[in-house]
Amino acid sequence: MSINWTNYCASGLHDELIGPGGGARVAGRALIRHLSELGSEELGVRQQAAELAIKVMGVTFTVYHEQGGSIDRAWPLDIIPRIISSREWNRIAAGLKQRVGALNHFIDDVYHAQRIVKDGVFPHYIIASSKNFRRNCVGINPPQGCWAHICGTDLVRDKDGTVYVLEDNLRVPSGVSYMIENRQVVKRVLPELFENTAILPVDDYPSQLHEMLVALSPRRERLPEVVVLTPGIYNSAYFEHSYLARQMGCELVEGRDLAVHDDDCVYMQTIHGWTRIDVIYRRIDDDFLDPESFRAESTLGVPGLMRAWAKGNVALANAPGAGVADDKLVYTYVPDMIRYYLDEDPILPNVPSWRCAEPEQLEHVLHHLDSLVVKPVDGSGGYGMLMGPTASQRERNQFATQLKAAPRNFIAQPVITLSTVPTFVDERIEPRHVDLRPFILSGPKTYVTTGGLTRVALREGSLVVNSSQGGGSKDTWIVDIEA
Amino acid sequence: MLSRVAENVYWLARYLERAENMARLVNVNANLLLDLPPEYRPGWLALVDITGSRELFDAREKRAEERDIVHFLIADLDNPGSILSSVSSARDNARTLRDVLPNEVWEHMNELFMETKEKLPAALSKRTRFHSLQRIIRGMQTLTGELEGTMSRNDAFTFLMLGRNLERADMTSRIIDVRSAQLLPKDAPGFQPFETIQWLNLLKSLSGYQMYRLSQRTRVSRSAVLDFVLRDTQFPRACLYCLKEVEYFLRALPRSAGVLGSLEGARSFIDNAALATLDQAGLHELIDRLQLHIIVVHEGIAQTYFPPRAGVSGQSQVQFSSGEPRKIPLSSDAPSI
Repeated sequence: MSINWTNYCASGLHDELIGPGGGARVAGRALIRHLSELGSEELGVRQQAAELAIKVMGVTFTVYHEQGGSIDRAWPLDIIPRIISSREWNRIAAGLKQRVGALNHFIDDVYHAQRIVKDGVFPHYIIASSKNFRRNCVGINPPQGCWAHICGTDLVRDKDGTVYVLEDNLRVPSGVSYMIENRQVVKRVLPELFENTAILPVDDYPSQLHEMLVALSPRRERLPEVVVLTPGIYNSAYFEHSYLARQMGCELVEGRDLAVHDDDCVYMQTIHGWTRIDVIYRRIDDDFLDPESFRAESTLGVPGLMRAWAKGNVALANAPGAGVADDKLVYTYVPDMIRYYLDEDPILPNVPSWRCAEPEQLEHVLHHLDSLVVKPVDGSGGYGMLMGPTASQRERNQFATQLKAAPRNFIAQPVITLSTVPTFVDERIEPRHVDLRPFILSGPKTYVTTGGLTRVALREGSLVVNSSQGGGSKDTWIVDIEA
Repeated sequence: MLSRVAENVYWLARYLERAENMARLVNVNANLLLDLPPEYRPGWLALVDITGSRELFDAREKRAEERDIVHFLIADLDNPGSILSSVSSARDNARTLRDVLPNEVWEHMNELFMETKEKLPAALSKRTRFHSLQRIIRGMQTLTGELEGTMSRNDAFTFLMLGRNLERADMTSRIIDVRSAQLLPKDAPGFQPFETIQWLNLLKSLSGYQMYRLSQRTRVSRSAVLDFVLRDTQFPRACLYCLKEVEYFLRALPRSAGVLGSLEGARSFIDNAALATLDQAGLHELIDRLQLHIIVVHEGIAQTYFPPRAGVSGQSQVQFSSGEPRKIPLSSDAPSI
């Protein structure tokens, strides 16, 4: 049965593939034509083939299980890709590089002279009250002055077509392995499209990451020993840790494999004895990194690791303390940072935000709770926030009390109606909301993934894209339409 | 290679080998029961003793009847030595080894676990037991073949082979022990006609009958069979063969001198055993002592290559005491049992 696009209803929404008149957008024409030719039955067959491929390739994510254990779930992928033209993408990529550049300047400044505070651009109270500001990082000079080597920035498109930055994940962002695996799967099940369309490849990320990590090594004389540090198999992103280690040819280590010896260098225990390591791509939060410096009860980390890092004997990516910029209140200042450090105008706008820490803005937020989204400044995964328009009066009242008690902990934003992409649901094609997480690597050069991970809310009308809450994913195509 | 990964690979191999041999153990006992006259039937409790899990079994407050015991041995997840527990532990280990193992091995391991769970109930019934256990053995053999055929001969493979061969030597000795479990004098009245058929069964349970025939060319006799399953250097399930394999792979590793010393102790113990003159009780004690030698080799490997265990001293805990032979429990990588 051929697909009837006139029934596809994305009215009042911005759809990434179908324009306002019901026709395909330029970058998506070949795809829409191909889908129509395939028909919904054949599309269903291809979708099943994709799900089988994911199972066979062992692409999983871990969901915590009630009884203390955890289970691997097959990664959910919808085969209809999300398409962005290369012209638009080039502008977005430039905006991301600019943004991460400013953020790295900011973190380095925070742990040194704090010029931005002295010049009155950024208020001191935010640093003083920051949960992720690490006192023991003050004065430390990590290699290349870079702190956030790997950043995952979430982008959303509103109904007027504007692309906004929603948040910057500067601690241990995940999802990049799924971006690469999604492409592998879609190439298998929709090969015809790759023959006739100029779709830019995504799979050089692991080698770019490896190159960036190698450049951080404190030792120059030989091939440095780079490892990936994971909290272990029960972590929700364990698949990714293992995947990246495999792709880069590195050891995947846990804290218990490592030790800091009397020379303040870091060693891993191998069958040959203790081997020195140079660079750690750590996928463990600061809090658990070193029980001597942070949480004493942590068994995931390595005692003495901060000492070794501070002495420059080992490089950590991301650097401890980089999370100070992973704070939604700090986020509201990123456009100012770009002007201050780079003397440039921001290419990508922030979502307009109210700072509850500032009394007049808090007043506004309290009066407009029914139209705003209120977010905790250190939250992620969509937890602990208030969706004003859909919340009950009682929930709003409760939140108002929380806001007044701890205004520093919240910001508020208007509801963004995320753009949609045609998605194969119950044998039919329907619009579903998406976001986009590109990854930015900062080292001797800055690298942005070609596109990123598109997450899709599979439930009708839902804006929640998190895979732990019923979200799926899509392959993201950057298409060169001039080619 | 990381010490922790080496340990996981080693135990993965041991658990797989154990599951397969546990299936063989149950099969050999079932056959014995069919062949022997009622007054000489050893029953099933002997298997619980042979796997060193009597205490655990008694604590389970099950009846010492065939169905309960067989369930305990093959499908009880609270018995760490059961077939299902072993397959499940192997799969848990494999999960941490995704970057080390070939992909198809991981997939097969998953399938095998699900299939084992599904097929095991059939092994509880006498009628379908043999076939069901045979399927499990075949699944394990396929997995072994996949590992052989797709893994590079790297450090991971070395530890895999160490684990497999050490466990196989241990389990072969336990399978021999089934035969020695009934402490009957060789000349018990009316027993003689059944003597041969039992040793034949033992060979068959190790898939060794044909190979025995090819190598020994004599009739099936107690001392010849014991010599074959303990001391043959060509049959891959014979204890001595397994220990030679362990030696070969140990030589590929750094810092192996100490372990090789312990291994030499185990080998000469087998070499010097006076098999022809052993009575049943002597055979049983010999096997217990062999198992202790195997544990010493294991501890040497663990102390040289694996991460230190919290709360476990560096000294060997094995003592070769004489007197009443002890039942040696199956070893495990769980921190404490």
